[in-house]
Amino acid sequence: MQLPAQQWTCLLGRSGCGKTSILRKLAGLLEEAQWQGKIETDGQPLSGNIAYMAQQDLLLPWLSVLDNVCIAERLQGRSLSQDLRDKALLLLEKVGLKAYANNYPHTLSGGMRQRVALARTLLQERPIVLMDEPFSALDAVTRHKLQSLSFELLQGKTVLLVTHDPQEAVRLGHQIYVMEGSPANAHLLAGLASTPPRQLDEHSAALQNDILHRLGGEHV
Amino acid sequence: MSNWLRGATASLVILGLWQGAILIWSLPSFILPAPIAVFEVLISRWPMLWSHTWVTAQEVLIGLALGVSIGLCFALLMLLFRPVKQWLLPILIASQAIPVFAIAPILMLWLDYGIASKVAMAAIIIFFPVTTCCFDGLRSTPLGYLDLAQTLNANRWRTLWHIQLPAALPALGSGLRVAVVVAPIGAVVGEWVGSSAGLGYLMLQANARMRIDEMFAALFILSLFSVALYFSVDWLLKRSLPWHSQ
Repeated sequence: MQLPAQQWTCLLGRSGCGKTSILRKLAGLLEEAQWQGKIETDGQPLSGNIAYMAQQDLLLPWLSVLDNVCIAERLQGRSLSQDLRDKALLLLEKVGLKAYANNYPHTLSGGMRQRVALARTLLQERPIVLMDEPFSALDAVTRHKLQSLSFELLQGKTVLLVTHDPQEAVRLGHQIYVMEGSPANAHLLAGLASTPPRQLDEHSAALQNDILHRLGGEHV
Repeated sequence: MSNWLRGATASLVILGLWQGAILIWSLPSFILPAPIAVFEVLISRWPMLWSHTWVTAQEVLIGLALGVSIGLCFALLMLLFRPVKQWLLPILIASQAIPVFAIAPILMLWLDYGIASKVAMAAIIIFFPVTTCCFDGLRSTPLGYLDLAQTLNANRWRTLWHIQLPAALPALGSGLRVAVVVAPIGAVVGEWVGSSAGLGYLMLQANARMRIDEMFAALFILSLFSVALYFSVDWLLKRSLPWHSQ
């Protein structure tokens, strides 16, 4: 598997096939013993260059939205500079939540919370973003909007998006890996000529069908 | 508002049943004094009652502060150092198996008749629920938060301070709610075993002199104090942990 720089790579698979384990390994969250294999990078270490976005927004309920966006400063023991505050506010404006900067997370809806999480991810300014089904808990319309927003704001980053939704993968991925078989192997999906975000046309519908077929869903 | 109404109705019903029982069975005042007699004692002997209430209140509040701090420290120690947990937990559980009544005389002996021994009693009976609640809270930090801290390269202490401790606050709050109700029991038991002031002492003296109305007055103040303490702590917790009460 290769993750080309500054592009979106989607990793699709059924539940329990190990796609989350791959992502957690890259994020440095997996115990050493559970992993066999090699990770090669283009010289830079992974640690410290990775931002992580999970299915839950992971906003800390005791901090305001703004403080949540700037949580990295706290956790790394730095004081919050005015410069960074402005940057955080700018990001909140980009995700459409500037008015909510001083609110607490429990007053926001699921979609808004995930947008705050996106702002938090962006503020870290790390080149690699690992996303573990960050949109799966949202309703269809919110999910669609948030996919577009994330794609727009994460331009220029290397993104690995783990998902079980073929439509999401077809929409966003520069390349798509499908984990199939048992034990699962990741296969690169051919035929992705266009660049994302893709519209829902015939071609993408055919791609989705192909993916569903590969995932073993031909009887669905 | 409806809460107040419900409380008032319940109090009135209890008072009615109380007065009714006296009328039906014509109970003498040294068995069960009438509510109005207790009220009269509350008014006429207020300065004396207040001085004893103040002593007990001090014992309870200092005991609470001490017990909660010790509980918090133990929970942190058990979280940070595994051997401490393995050695400390059995001792803590064993210490709870000893009735407080049994150690009260020893505490009198060691800490004297004054306020210190009652503070110790209150602290001893509350630190265990606080320790266990707080330890549970510290141990059950949502894994996602810890993942996030790790990807942000936070060290152990900052993770503890910025994530694990705040995440444990609701659990600590549950421990505190239990502690607030139980602490007055510790203080009064301490006063029964040996003291020269406090509501427990007053009840013992009133009982010996057959001043049952005075005893009921002391009992009334004690329950009022406990209830007020519980509801103010509950209110404070709800206010300071708004995400939890939702």
